[in-house]
Amino acid sequence: MKSQTTLKMMLAAGAFSVAMSHGAHAQDTVKIGSVLSVTGPASFLGEPEDKTLRLYVDKINAAGGVAGKKLELVIYDDGGDANKARTFATRLVEDDEVVAMVGGTTTGTTMAMIPVFEDAEIPFISLAGAIEVIDPVRKFVFKTPHTDKMACEKIFEDLKKRNLTKIGLISGTDGFGASMRAQCVKVAPNYGMEIVADENYSPRDSDMTAQLTKIKNTAGLQAVVNPGFGQGPAIVTRNYAQLGMNTIPFYQSHGVASKSFIDLAGAAAEGVRLPAAALLVGDKLPANDPQKKVVTEYKQAYEAATKQPVSTFGGHAYDGLFILVEAMKRANSTDSGKIRDEIEKTKGFVGTGGIVNMSPTDHLGLDLSAFRMLEIKGGDWNLVASGS
Amino acid sequence: MGALLNQRFLTLAVLAVVIAVLPLVFPSSYYFRVASLVWVSALAAIGLNILMGQAGQVSLGHAAFFGIGAYSVAIGPAHLGIPPWAALSIGAALSAVLAYLVGRPILRLKGHYLAIATLGLGVLVALVISTESRWTGGPDGMPVERLTLFGWRVSGSYTWYWVTGALLLVGTWIALNLDETPTGRAFRALHDSEVAAQVVGVDVARFKLQAFVIAAVYASIAGSALAFMNGFINPDQAGFLHSVELVTIVVLGGLGSVVGSIVGAAVLVTLPQALTVFHEYEHLLLGLIIIVSMIFMRSGIVPSLSGLFLRRARA
Repeated sequence: MKSQTTLKMMLAAGAFSVAMSHGAHAQDTVKIGSVLSVTGPASFLGEPEDKTLRLYVDKINAAGGVAGKKLELVIYDDGGDANKARTFATRLVEDDEVVAMVGGTTTGTTMAMIPVFEDAEIPFISLAGAIEVIDPVRKFVFKTPHTDKMACEKIFEDLKKRNLTKIGLISGTDGFGASMRAQCVKVAPNYGMEIVADENYSPRDSDMTAQLTKIKNTAGLQAVVNPGFGQGPAIVTRNYAQLGMNTIPFYQSHGVASKSFIDLAGAAAEGVRLPAAALLVGDKLPANDPQKKVVTEYKQAYEAATKQPVSTFGGHAYDGLFILVEAMKRANSTDSGKIRDEIEKTKGFVGTGGIVNMSPTDHLGLDLSAFRMLEIKGGDWNLVASGS
Repeated sequence: MGALLNQRFLTLAVLAVVIAVLPLVFPSSYYFRVASLVWVSALAAIGLNILMGQAGQVSLGHAAFFGIGAYSVAIGPAHLGIPPWAALSIGAALSAVLAYLVGRPILRLKGHYLAIATLGLGVLVALVISTESRWTGGPDGMPVERLTLFGWRVSGSYTWYWVTGALLLVGTWIALNLDETPTGRAFRALHDSEVAAQVVGVDVARFKLQAFVIAAVYASIAGSALAFMNGFINPDQAGFLHSVELVTIVVLGGLGSVVGSIVGAAVLVTLPQALTVFHEYEHLLLGLIIIVSMIFMRSGIVPSLSGLFLRRARA
């Protein structure tokens, strides 16, 4: 008897998995996929990405679509879990049969999904930060956000201008912090930087005064760099001020480039410098700046539709979507291979993150000019005039 | 005894038939991928169920062993030149040794204290994995070399469906058999009352430790299988949330029921996939379904439903 029950249960489980929805295909639409971390620890990245994609796909469709076809956007939420992301990636490729993908909020989820898109030969424009995504270059993988290596280079460039060469590092042990720390250590010699102190903290720590005191007491220290994202850097910044270290120049990374960092760190954030995309200072850009139009339009559209302040993370999704759409227009086709070839030929694309010039050896296409050096003054971002 | 043997054989035969028949109705390899995930989660859960359901000990850090298995097959071939196949066995052995060493002192604890101790073990292992980035690639994870068996490269959702299905069959067979051995009966005596078990001569400490080691080996092998299947692994798989997920599978499916672990895994793996159509209500519904099923089926899905059918049949 028990076995009969067993049989029934198993059949029910089987039937259940079969009953999962299987979409119909229409001739006049083309499917674009996305797997984002809309919930979970990376939701502050994934949520603006999700809203941006939905907002602009609607706008594109209202304007007649791409190459005579309407876009159909399929978004799945991986909750920041790389294993789930991998499953959803398989689902996009096998079940939804998307022609291209714009997504992958974190480096972890992106790295887990890469093999799926490489095997299926479907272009994948990632929204993750780390340089591993595009180095080594993979045929079908592209990305829009600046790399952590570029952030280090931008900071070191600024330090060099100020004649500061002995630096202390305090980095988070999370993926972002660990990866950026490694890149900073690697490129430091190219800029004549000497790392005199190297401390780290766990992303959930609530006090970093111990590490900062050690850095403060390092002989010859001239500046401090904090690779990290989330709330960690805000605490580091507060502790930094509490220890009276404000006289030592302090650099944050592009990982804190959102208004909430200034809110969390408060007055302690005054004088902190960081490299960030033009999007944060759109209204302060000179009128002849090539990015001025794109960033102010995106900011207005996003803030009008969501009633939330714009963040650079949503901007990455904007750039990814439009690089793809332009490539589809040029290819005038829904063939994944042709779209990939056109994405690689992207030249002079003006996005929120910078001006993109891709090539077979560069699947990011941004140079250091994409980053602006900002300084926090009066609770707001300010452009650091070049040369100061 | 003959009847028991039959019943065990029948359960296994049904499982084999289900594994064999499902591919006939799968429209794409995405379904093979989801089913393989069910088999892997079920394998880990069956092991944990031996500890929780049969021996009555709780473990809130079981993903640690899953992580050890997964990282063994990632680190072994990449850094130490160990063939993937051997790395899987080494991972299982490592998990068994760790479970033995750690289990000896902590299994003396009871209730909340045991739960906290296993939780601590899980957190520690996850911490080591995400900090030792030179070996493990840190929080972003690391790639895993493909498994090759006798020159045959095991890859693709379809292949892994059969490999994980076969692993699940073996795991189920061992667990079902164990249930009817003196060891299995000792486990159940432990579960019901430790004092009574001790009085009738069951070596309580030894059997607890045995259950813990068996559960660790199951989780380790499941972890290795997932790492091979994904070709990529990150510390989430060894993390606290994954431990909780394994416990949820066991409790939802039914404590002490081997089939329950498979059903629990099927529900917990396929439900999030099926609920994506509800977008933002996805997590709300998932939680609701689990709460409602735990309220109405307190002893778990399989034991509750089979109890219901048995009562109907008698009436």
